[in-house]
Amino acid sequence: MTPSVVIEHALLLSLALFAIGVAGVFLRRNVITVFMCVELMLNAVNLSFVAFSRSLGTLDPQILVFFVMTVAAAEAAVGLAIILALQRHKDTLDVDAFSVLKW
Amino acid sequence: MTTPDAVLFYVFAAVTLASALVVVGQRNPMYSAFALIVTLCSLSAIFGLLGSPFIAVLQVIVYAGAIMVLFLFVLMLLNVKAEDAAEGSGSGILKGVGVALAAMLVVQVGIVLQHAGRGMAASGFDASARRVAHVLFSAPYVYVFEATSVLILTALVGAVALAKKEL
Repeated sequence: MTPSVVIEHALLLSLALFAIGVAGVFLRRNVITVFMCVELMLNAVNLSFVAFSRSLGTLDPQILVFFVMTVAAAEAAVGLAIILALQRHKDTLDVDAFSVLKW
Repeated sequence: MTTPDAVLFYVFAAVTLASALVVVGQRNPMYSAFALIVTLCSLSAIFGLLGSPFIAVLQVIVYAGAIMVLFLFVLMLLNVKAEDAAEGSGSGILKGVGVALAAMLVVQVGIVLQHAGRGMAASGFDASARRVAHVLFSAPYVYVFEATSVLILTALVGAVALAKKEL
């Protein structure tokens, strides 16, 4: 493998994934799909962490990926519980219906 | 330059991008979830190709396993239907903003990457589970590791409290 080439392309892939995630958050109206697009963005960031870890030769980015995954798991559990509660109250999953969290 | 590793990288990169586009383009959330599983698994292969076997395994177990099972569980519990093709009139602006923001991000990072120096990979890179564990369980990071256990406990209690019938 010629890593210098691949690392830049890995960063480009991470960029493309993040952009797709950003577009999805704005395009989709189902709150669960929006949530999945957020996960997509987290994964894009993880990919850039791993690429930088390979490029710099340190293991610290890998620890960060570990913590990002932990936080993502906790976030998914709480977020999906909130979605369940909202669905029970509003009978819909459309993002526009969920303005109750506004102050 | 075209070693098997590089070829595999581009194959999995193409699979990742294609399935990510399906996640965003699909109206039925169930199909989105399955496409997201494909994205996560091929990302795991890319992590492996970048020399991080521990993260690759973690990606499959935690993301494709635990988190996506949670998503599919909720999707099936709520009996979600596909979005209507005719969307609200106000969403045209949002769509434009979303695509514009994504395009702006691509252009900006593209410019940065063009001007960045060509990074060479460090030789003798070893990210085995043993090495990662040595870093994770030593001085600075072990405190953060302990803190995440509190975070997970909080999330556990919060999820149970939020999902209760009488909220």
